[in-house]
Amino acid sequence: MTSSTTRPADGAPGSAPGPGQPPDGPPPTPGPPGVPPPGPARRLLALGRNTWRGLTSMRTALILLFLLALAALPGALLPQHPLNEAKVTAYRQQHPTVGPLLDRLGFFDVFASPWFAAIYLLLFVSLVGCLTPRTWEYLRACRARPVATPRNLARLPHHALGAAGGGPEEALAGVTARLRGWRTEVRGDAEVGYTVSAERGYLREAGNLVFHLALLGLLVGLALGKLFGYEGQVIVMADGDQFCNSGILGYDSFHAGPWVDGTALSPFCVKVDGFAADYLPNGQPEHYQARLGYQAGDQLAAGAGGPWTPFQLEVNKPLRLAGDRVYLLGNGYAPRFTVTYPDGTRRTQAIQWKPADPATMLSMGATKFDRPNAAGRPAGRPDQLAVTGLFAPTSSGGSVVTSVYPSLQNPEVAVDVYRGDLGLDDGRGQSIFEVSQPQIASGALRKVARQNLVPGQSIRLDDGTTIRFDDVSRWVDLQVSHDPAQDLVLLFAVLILLGLGTSLTIKRRRFWARIGPERPGGGARRTVVEIGGLARTDQAGYGEEFTRLRDDLLVPARDEKGGA
Amino acid sequence: MPVSPGLALYSDYAFHSAVAVYLLAMLLHLAEYARARALAVRSLSSSSRVAVPAGVSAGSTGGAVDGPGSDGPGSDGTVDGAERGTGGPVGGSGSGGSGSPAGAARPWGERFGRMAVALTVLGALLHIGSTVVRGLAVERWPWGNMYEFISAICLMAVLTWLVMLRRTPALRAAGAFVLIPVETLLFLAGSALYVRPAPVVPALQSYWLAIHVTAVSIASGLLLVAGVGSILFLVRRAGGHGPLLDLLPSADTLDRMAYRITVFAFPLYTFAVICGAIWAEAAWGRFWGWDPKETVAFVVWVVYAGYLHARATAGWRGGAAAWVNVLGMAAMLFNLFFVNLVTTGLHSYAGLG
Repeated sequence: MTSSTTRPADGAPGSAPGPGQPPDGPPPTPGPPGVPPPGPARRLLALGRNTWRGLTSMRTALILLFLLALAALPGALLPQHPLNEAKVTAYRQQHPTVGPLLDRLGFFDVFASPWFAAIYLLLFVSLVGCLTPRTWEYLRACRARPVATPRNLARLPHHALGAAGGGPEEALAGVTARLRGWRTEVRGDAEVGYTVSAERGYLREAGNLVFHLALLGLLVGLALGKLFGYEGQVIVMADGDQFCNSGILGYDSFHAGPWVDGTALSPFCVKVDGFAADYLPNGQPEHYQARLGYQAGDQLAAGAGGPWTPFQLEVNKPLRLAGDRVYLLGNGYAPRFTVTYPDGTRRTQAIQWKPADPATMLSMGATKFDRPNAAGRPAGRPDQLAVTGLFAPTSSGGSVVTSVYPSLQNPEVAVDVYRGDLGLDDGRGQSIFEVSQPQIASGALRKVARQNLVPGQSIRLDDGTTIRFDDVSRWVDLQVSHDPAQDLVLLFAVLILLGLGTSLTIKRRRFWARIGPERPGGGARRTVVEIGGLARTDQAGYGEEFTRLRDDLLVPARDEKGGA
Repeated sequence: MPVSPGLALYSDYAFHSAVAVYLLAMLLHLAEYARARALAVRSLSSSSRVAVPAGVSAGSTGGAVDGPGSDGPGSDGTVDGAERGTGGPVGGSGSGGSGSPAGAARPWGERFGRMAVALTVLGALLHIGSTVVRGLAVERWPWGNMYEFISAICLMAVLTWLVMLRRTPALRAAGAFVLIPVETLLFLAGSALYVRPAPVVPALQSYWLAIHVTAVSIASGLLLVAGVGSILFLVRRAGGHGPLLDLLPSADTLDRMAYRITVFAFPLYTFAVICGAIWAEAAWGRFWGWDPKETVAFVVWVVYAGYLHARATAGWRGGAAAWVNVLGMAAMLFNLFFVNLVTTGLHSYAGLG
């Protein structure tokens, strides 16, 4: 390998101040000469400058890079709050001593932790400190003339000595014509001979700079997305139910950036008309599809009775509206129950039960009923009902209900019916999939029946109330995402790729030719031409090109390959 | 999406044949080492002039390889001296190709090595066949689960190796060490990780499967070979001589191979990650969510970025940089196995659940 001779600009950026400068030499300021103890201000300045140099050196950047890689690892190895809350809880329970400590140190939310931010911010500061002088240097280099021809070309890694036909002018014309595409500089004249300096591959450094600057841009894009973006999940029954993106309260869960107050969400409405899932015989899902209608923009003015634009929502095929995207994230079943009270009043309800086993879609949940006209009754609500248990879309048919297949072929529920006070009014939130265990423990809620039901069957309670399992609806879990900086991030990602490709494929190299002076007398006109080449970047692959240049420029007779 | 069991069976046959042929190739590569060792031992015992037979055998091996002008203009001219010099690590004089007067007199060690390369080519053809037929059998891109994905990575690694070998024939003796991880991975894929051909889950039904996973498997295959190159470089650089060590390509050649491959693979890997982000945006609602796979992919990217920077930093070139490259390969394999099989994330597509 040849090119360790010079460090190009893409080498150690720490060398930018120049090798001649002492590490902490004071700048030549006009002051009284020979003052040995530097003042505290100057010392502080020196400290600051040294810190800055240390931070922007390649060595520091490398260490920060490895720290960044190391710091990201717990994000993959430990459960993370944003990804799986339940796993974090489980981990904390399994590791009662280490768990809480790790949690406090931010190990369960690595990418929001201050230490992770510290590393990447330091890295980016180091990057800026390294890029700024390099950019200036590059701009200067772009305008500079190729450097003068070295006195001794034979000392270069690539060198050849030969002759070209014709006089010096013809030889010069030949050389400059061959060096089309190179930046060239001709010095000298016919008397003393010419030298041609040529340089090529300036785009390499440009690509390198674009790559690093685009990384900065990417970070800015990510930050903007985090500040202004939001993400909300909502479950919508797939039987014509609607969802409108009018406010945070419409969502089951909502995560937003700090600069989103939830008052200005992009307005649109979605109506889910149906949902279909196809499964392979072994139960593996093959296709999910939700039939949607949506209203956005002017359509909204017409209200729910107005026109809806139809859309087939699938996995990998989100609905893209201006600024927002709607995704199909999940689906499940909602068994419908009708309660007929002894006085003849009825209540029908179907709410989502959550899939407990994604392979068979065995689901669990609790459908809760408030007795009609209950407002005037005494506090404590002793006659609320909850139908809770398991639902199997394709029941095995045994006395213990299990599901054998995820699609709706032989539905059955196994339910417990609780009566009493569900505890919905005590101000605390409670899961929609379960009944309150404390209420059962306190005796406020009692189990009054347990039975397996297929659609059409009902339970009769001791007070004459009947609970009928009517049928099953489907629901879909929709996610609405909003990230205004997404296109910006993509743009910078593409720039990163282009910059990277450019800086890794283009080689910066130099070429010199020394064309001898006119020699008086002699027969056939020949001019001595000496050429030399230097690749300025690591791993050049320049030898091949140099050989071609040599073959094109020199008469094969007396050439000799030097260097190697 | 129908699955053709007949075609799938042929794919499995081809896969098993490829594994067997690679194994044979690996053994032949190792036989070249055994031969070198046997010659060295014999020369030690038979005469006091130790250096000559050992030197001739090793030298002629290398010499014959890059003797015939390497492959002319296709080979890289830069490498000039370095490459040629590496041909015969012991006897530099052997590098002219004078050691082997063609044909019958070719020494056994070299014959083994050449046979190994021929078998590697045959194995790669069978491997390609297996992959193509599997794709036809399931009527989709054949990298939808861990078995298919590892098979693709190994195929890319073998093809990378063959391309490198064509450009730099002096690398041949490293073949055994490229085939060892390939063979191990393929064995794991074909046994513990094997799954019957089947359609993929809805999240994988996207044209991004073709783009993202293809790019990832090419990049991974490349980086695997680069990592092997760096390991061998470190072994070579640690010094030490002997008939076995001397048969290895020179430290310089190995380092150059590792660097060249990585320089090519890194932008490709970056492209793969970006494609993954674009796909994630369409499938999961966000382009980046620090899913375990994404996190480790980021770690791998940072480590390889570190490698490229280390190569440009005084004091890091050489040994330190090579260690970084090995670390990168380890992180990549960790991402392939640990994250797919142990953690649960959105990328849990091993198909073993």
